[in-house]
Amino acid sequence: MIVTAENKREVISQLQRKMLHWQGYQATARHTVRMSLGPVERAFPNGVFPAGSIHEFIAAAPEQAAASSGFIGGLLTRLMRQEGVCLWISASRTLFPPAIGAFGVTPDRIVFIDMKRERDILWATEEALKCSGLAAVVAELRELDFAQSRRLQLAVEQSRVTGFVLRSQPLRIGNTACAARWQVSPAPSAPEAGMPGVGLPRWRVELLKVRNGSPGAWTLEWAAGRFAPVADPHKQTVALPERLVPEQRTG
Amino acid sequence: MTGRFAAIWFRYLTTDWLAIRRPELRGGLFALAAPVHGRMVISAVSPAAEAQGVTAGMAAADARASVPQLLVLDDRPGLAGRLLKALGLWCIRYTPTVAVAPPDGLTLDISGCAHLWGGEQLYLEEIATRLGSKGYQVRIAIADTIGTAWAVARFGTGAAIVKRGTQLDILPALPPAALRLPPEVLLRLEKLGLRTIGTFMGMPPAVLRRRFGDGLLLRLRQALGQEAEYLQPLQPVPPYEERLPCLEPICTATGIEIAVQRLLETLCRRLLGEGKGLRKATLMGYRIDGKTVQVAIGTNRATANAAHLFKLFALKTPLLEPGLGIELFVLQAPKVEDADPVQEALWGSEQGLGDTALAELLDRLTGRDNCCTVSRYLPDEHHWPERSIRRATAISEPVASAWRTDRPRPVRLLARPEPIDVTAPIPDYPPMVFRYQGTVHQVKRADGPERIAREWWMDEGEHRDYYYVEDDQGRRYWLFRSGHYDDERPKRWFIHGFFA
Repeated sequence: MIVTAENKREVISQLQRKMLHWQGYQATARHTVRMSLGPVERAFPNGVFPAGSIHEFIAAAPEQAAASSGFIGGLLTRLMRQEGVCLWISASRTLFPPAIGAFGVTPDRIVFIDMKRERDILWATEEALKCSGLAAVVAELRELDFAQSRRLQLAVEQSRVTGFVLRSQPLRIGNTACAARWQVSPAPSAPEAGMPGVGLPRWRVELLKVRNGSPGAWTLEWAAGRFAPVADPHKQTVALPERLVPEQRTG
Repeated sequence: MTGRFAAIWFRYLTTDWLAIRRPELRGGLFALAAPVHGRMVISAVSPAAEAQGVTAGMAAADARASVPQLLVLDDRPGLAGRLLKALGLWCIRYTPTVAVAPPDGLTLDISGCAHLWGGEQLYLEEIATRLGSKGYQVRIAIADTIGTAWAVARFGTGAAIVKRGTQLDILPALPPAALRLPPEVLLRLEKLGLRTIGTFMGMPPAVLRRRFGDGLLLRLRQALGQEAEYLQPLQPVPPYEERLPCLEPICTATGIEIAVQRLLETLCRRLLGEGKGLRKATLMGYRIDGKTVQVAIGTNRATANAAHLFKLFALKTPLLEPGLGIELFVLQAPKVEDADPVQEALWGSEQGLGDTALAELLDRLTGRDNCCTVSRYLPDEHHWPERSIRRATAISEPVASAWRTDRPRPVRLLARPEPIDVTAPIPDYPPMVFRYQGTVHQVKRADGPERIAREWWMDEGEHRDYYYVEDDQGRRYWLFRSGHYDDERPKRWFIHGFFA
């Protein structure tokens, strides 16, 4: 195709699609889960949240861990749908099941597994990720190196289970094979004008790394059972380059 | 209870047998007698002799005096027991589970057998006709419980088949002797004028226990099907055990794995055929130095999946020390339960908590590490946060009450509340500033208080006033003040959780 000024954008987006295809990224209809993440989803390849891969959450403080848990809860709602079961593997459970219910998850369909040692948690996570009957697996780990994350990612590629690794206060943040690295921190809520009290949960969601996508930062609010993007008046959100967003494809 | 039982009563067991053996005695007046304390006592009578008024327990001399033409024969000790056993083994054609009910009966577990003869009525007639043509006079009854079948066979006046779940209609009209009670209890009941079961069935259990002991209540509950009763079958069910002797002592990991695989295959084939699954299994290795080594596994749900069980054993076999070599492997399944056959799902990968793959995964996780705990939480009807959830007893236990989401609850709840330093303006207002782990938080927004009182019938202590606060950086916490404001005591504030 001859590149002219008019069809430049089309050519580039076509090339990008081809590159994604060569890298093994096919957004198959079966595994596509609409996350209602709004602008965040556009950061991912093909503009689709990569279910069936590993997501890493970094939490530097317990407040961030709590915010990440809430955010994961919102994602789990979409993944678990009607009958799905989620495994939550940690050293000791601190998640309060009734609270996760506020994010739409049925707390009795989460099975909590407590294991003493970090390596046992890793092993259990890998075993759980191989089990294709599960909707999602959440693992609370401190450290995760490249080889370990690679193992988890390989397990997931077979079973198409979505894995979340929540790393609270990690000592080292190196390279991992995860599809995305998130950092979710609490943001000041905004109650309706004139109303006292605390408003709806609001987070500063940062995508530190995305495989084949473009990182960014957004402010999201959990309102009426879905994520709602909040326009930040002070900070300009990282504008996504238009070309990364593919047009709606048919067929 | 889903079982059905048949009770067979041989009214004239030994005399019928004698009449079969010696045809000239058939229909004759004769009785069997055995020596008791140096005198001959009648132990069994023929139907004709019974009509003349001769009963078991009479002295033989008295019986002869009243009925001069009575023929008294010697009873052989243990004859009735041997006869019953032989008859019981003959009855195995009708059901695999036959038990002897001494002194003169048999109990058959006929669950799932009667339809092979075209229904319970035909089944019952078939047994009665076959035994009758041999020469035995029998009475048979079929009921939901062993106790009711026994009672109706001996004392029943109506139909021999008690319909499913109707024990309660039949039993009240029967005499207390129908409950298989010891003679002294029967005597006491008779003295008190309690001549049918119905007269004392409705009495409070404590009263019955005080006067007649536990036995009466147990028998009553067994007859009604409120308490399980087990048969001791004549032909015991072979234990779930497989053996694998080895030509050469095995001392390699591969060898052990092959042995486990073979044993599991044969055991699982048998379990599958019987519709059962194992919950516990033990692998024992007999070593050539005379020692025995063993490993055990457990499962969350009854399973007969050889591949899954092999995976569970594979986690444990490294603990098996072969030493100089193992020459005999024995696989035992001490705990076996009925397994629901697995319905293969045609579509849909999400099967929820009933998924077999999930149960197998949890088995593997718990099998690896004893410290591993698997828990699922259900809502409990308490407001006190620590008690508002409880662990589910089973992985598929249904939810009894709905989850509450109308009150703010923290996503992360601290295992125990941690004390904080607080500056609060006036009573019942949220704090302005609090310090937790050395960091000072300026409270910008707050909700509350939400007062949660202790349940006085469970524990004593002070109530909590909870506040949902947000600091200047948007971090949200759950704080509470314990108890009322009091000038004498210092104010106790705690942090109890982090909100999302």
